Amino acid sequence: MKALRWTIPFGIFVVLVTFLWVGLSRDPREVPSPLIGKPAPAFRLSKLQAPGETLGPADLKGSVWLLNVWASWCVSCRVEHPLLVQLAQENIVAVYGLDYKDKPDDGREWLAQHGNPYTASIVDRDGRVGIDYGVYGVPETFVIDKMGVIRYKQIGPLTDEALQDQILPLVRQLQQ
Amino acid sequence: MIPELGHFALILALLVAIVQSTLPLAGAALGAPRLMALARPAARVQCFMVVLAFVCLATAFAGNDFSVQNVAANSNSQLPLQYRIAATWGSHEGSLLLWTLMLGVWTCAVTLFSRHLPPAFLARVISVMGLVSVGFLLFLLLTSDPFDRLVPAAAEGRDLNPLLQDPGMVIHPPMLYMGYVGFSVAFAFAIAALLGGRLDATWARWSRPWTTVAWSFLTIGIALGSGWAYYTLGWGGWWFWDPVENASFMPWLTGTALIHSLAVTEKRGAFKSWTVLLAIVAFSLSLLGTFLVRSGVLTSVHAFATDPARGVFILTFLALVVGGSLALFAYRASKVGLGGVFGVVSRESALLANNILLIVAMATVLLGTLYPLFLDALHLNKQSVGQPYFDLVFPMVMAPLVFLMGIGPIARWSHAALPDLWTRLRWAFGVALAVALVLPFTLGRWSPWVAAALFFALWIATSSVVNLGARLAHSHRSGLLAKLAANSPSYYGMLLAHLGVAVFIVGVTLVKGYEVEQDVALQPGQNVAVGGYEFRFLGVHPGPGPNYRAVTGTVEVRRDGRLLETLHPEKRIYNASGQTMTIAAIDVGVLGDRYVSLGEPLADDNPSGPWAVRIYLKPFIDWIWGGALLMACGGLIAVTDRRYRLVVRRRSASALAGAAVAASAD
Amino acid sequence: MMALMARAALAVWLLAGAASATTTDPPSPGADVPGMSALDIRLKRLESELRCLVCQNQTLADSNAGLADDLRREVRALALAGKSDDDIKAYLVARYGDFVLYNPPLKPVTWLLWFGPFALLLGGGAIWWGVLRRRLRAAGGGASDAGATRDERARKLLDDDD
Repeated sequence: MKALRWTIPFGIFVVLVTFLWVGLSRDPREVPSPLIGKPAPAFRLSKLQAPGETLGPADLKGSVWLLNVWASWCVSCRVEHPLLVQLAQENIVAVYGLDYKDKPDDGREWLAQHGNPYTASIVDRDGRVGIDYGVYGVPETFVIDKMGVIRYKQIGPLTDEALQDQILPLVRQLQQ
Repeated sequence: MIPELGHFALILALLVAIVQSTLPLAGAALGAPRLMALARPAARVQCFMVVLAFVCLATAFAGNDFSVQNVAANSNSQLPLQYRIAATWGSHEGSLLLWTLMLGVWTCAVTLFSRHLPPAFLARVISVMGLVSVGFLLFLLLTSDPFDRLVPAAAEGRDLNPLLQDPGMVIHPPMLYMGYVGFSVAFAFAIAALLGGRLDATWARWSRPWTTVAWSFLTIGIALGSGWAYYTLGWGGWWFWDPVENASFMPWLTGTALIHSLAVTEKRGAFKSWTVLLAIVAFSLSLLGTFLVRSGVLTSVHAFATDPARGVFILTFLALVVGGSLALFAYRASKVGLGGVFGVVSRESALLANNILLIVAMATVLLGTLYPLFLDALHLNKQSVGQPYFDLVFPMVMAPLVFLMGIGPIARWSHAALPDLWTRLRWAFGVALAVALVLPFTLGRWSPWVAAALFFALWIATSSVVNLGARLAHSHRSGLLAKLAANSPSYYGMLLAHLGVAVFIVGVTLVKGYEVEQDVALQPGQNVAVGGYEFRFLGVHPGPGPNYRAVTGTVEVRRDGRLLETLHPEKRIYNASGQTMTIAAIDVGVLGDRYVSLGEPLADDNPSGPWAVRIYLKPFIDWIWGGALLMACGGLIAVTDRRYRLVVRRRSASALAGAAVAASAD
Repeated sequence: MMALMARAALAVWLLAGAASATTTDPPSPGADVPGMSALDIRLKRLESELRCLVCQNQTLADSNAGLADDLRREVRALALAGKSDDDIKAYLVARYGDFVLYNPPLKPVTWLLWFGPFALLLGGGAIWWGVLRRRLRAAGGGASDAGATRDERARKLLDDDD
């Protein structure tokens, strides 16, 4: 049909607007992790509260665990911290902390002040382990399964919805 | 008081704009002269109201009224006056008010320079521009009110972003918006033509000067933004293919196609539907740019603070305005019919290729800019599309067009012959090729890319010379000056603008091909050799500024032992925000810049120790902005052509009326 | 084929850029400090193709963010350990995804991006040809001739000789 030619610009525009509309609900700054479904990168770091001892993902095989990246200088961490403290009290899953680019003294003091939900925290002074895990902002939280495979990454502070709708159901599923 | 007055002025402007956008339109449809006559006064009153609102906001900024939320967030009492006023448009709300102001000013200009337009047509034009005004005023009043009060008032403002405390901020946004918004006139003319069912050469002649002036402003605006980034960001870059830069470049590409398409419609009566479509697309891209910057769908250094509600509003507005226009186009354009006839080799076919190639270039930029969003919306693997992609793809897409620039102006209308074109252009081709192959050797190093790009630039220049030469040779007048005077400003505008493109290409090519960067640690007293120059760092000394503390370095530039220039790069820490700015020092030259900026002190914040110093040699970089300036001047010269002058028009009004009637009988 | 051409073009471009810095010139007499080493120049070019993940609109070369410092340190360590540019990019992509590359890799999800412009050029050419053919076919009609003469008169009155 000859007349169809004239509607092409309109058609292209409709497609464009549809994409822009969907785009409004997406966050262009969020960097999705390529590590989902891959084994958690190995590390061996000393513990924050027990500097003589070390910890690595190999030690934690056999159970589901959360790795929460935090720091004493991180403001948003204070927002999510009460949720972590409460989560630790509920004893559903072990939470390990990665004290990212922090002075150990500052980290210990911060935990003393705000509460310590972590089964253990490890110190990543130069951020190398953070880079291995694709950390680009603090806080971030990883869900790691019994085989040591990363299953989920929360970018930014934990929220109630994220915990209730995504993280905890996943944890329960992985624990079976 | 004054902010409330400004707010009230905006409300009044909205009410008047509603009248402006509905009654004249109805009058044109019904043939009611009284309703149509409302267009001019309504537009002028609306413009006055917006000007009033803008003056109120600027007064609040100038007077440090920190009880206004916008002023408190974007200004500071230590800020020098010119930047306090520039801060009026330094925020989302303020820049939106500037947009609306520009729209009012352009509409007012249309009411002033439109004696020759039929009342129904003018009524439609003013109404369409009024509709756009309604959209922006609603946006301002509903989601982005610059006059919101802060209770209790702040004692001091949070300061304008240091990056914006610069003369560039004073002039770049106004120029840019004059361009963006100016395309609304071409848009309104196109819609009015579609609504009235009349699309002919006369319509093109009316549209052309408006479009060309808007295009010239946009050219200047983009060039200013690029130059400003160059000297203010500290690392010598001048174009990053950032989404917001692309958002200004796409209307420019489409606008370029539009001014050429209008030429064909005016002179040959052809390309009518193309021209109308281009006018719609150019302004749509202006609106799309507004959306991209303010909605948060793309990350950009230029993006304003985002809010989902604003994004939804603009997108809805965009969908209605652009969707409506394209639907109208689909419905009405088919009835316009075919224009003139022309052969495969002719100026028309070259200009048709020009249209298409510029649209392809625009679509390429659009593709690259929106691709990350496109993938993200489909929940696919997120990609980044940056400078490496655009720098590779864009020149390839533009190359055929640049080649055509040598052929189009010299081809005859309607029917031209390839052998004839070849005969006329072969010397131009040969000279361009020969010089392009040899020139890179003289600049230090041969490279196929540089030679190829130089060929295209020289090709434009040599073919323009051949064009002018042929004109002078065939002129019936005697004496060089008389022969030159026989050509119209429109012709010289074209030559100058095309030469501007050639100059621009030379600048880009030589900078990218031969620029040198050295990032070195220097103790005070040490020097480093960069590309035949010697740079000696003489340490830093502190100094205060109006609203910042500065550390100023001294670098001497020598060539062959002779001191050329002493440069003073700075590092500033702004008092109010604590932000650090790197101010480069540039020794500007026609054949290249020597660019120095300070990095960080390397000895634990000890300023008397060694510093990281960045030194750049940027050959021919000012040709980039020089070329853009030539383009803009070409456009403005073309507009002075007597075809568009009102005085001449009144004298030959009867003759033109006859032609208009004859042409409109199509 | 296209991918090969694109890569070849890219390689030539990069080579042209590589030769642009005077890396092999010895320091001039009287210069206290040598220019950047070949490694520094290579790293700078590589880092200007990588995206800073924190201030997301700057290259890794230009960003002042803490993470950018850390990543530049990692990149340098990898380069000193003998890794190629491709290895270093793969290292970063394994941790941060393709997002970290400003030069999108050629893979099925980016075919439209890389081939799109050339497809648009070809499409544009097809449209150009199509429009011309339609005009030539319409040249047979008498109506356009009448239009042409009317236009001729109008043009003369408008005094156009360009």
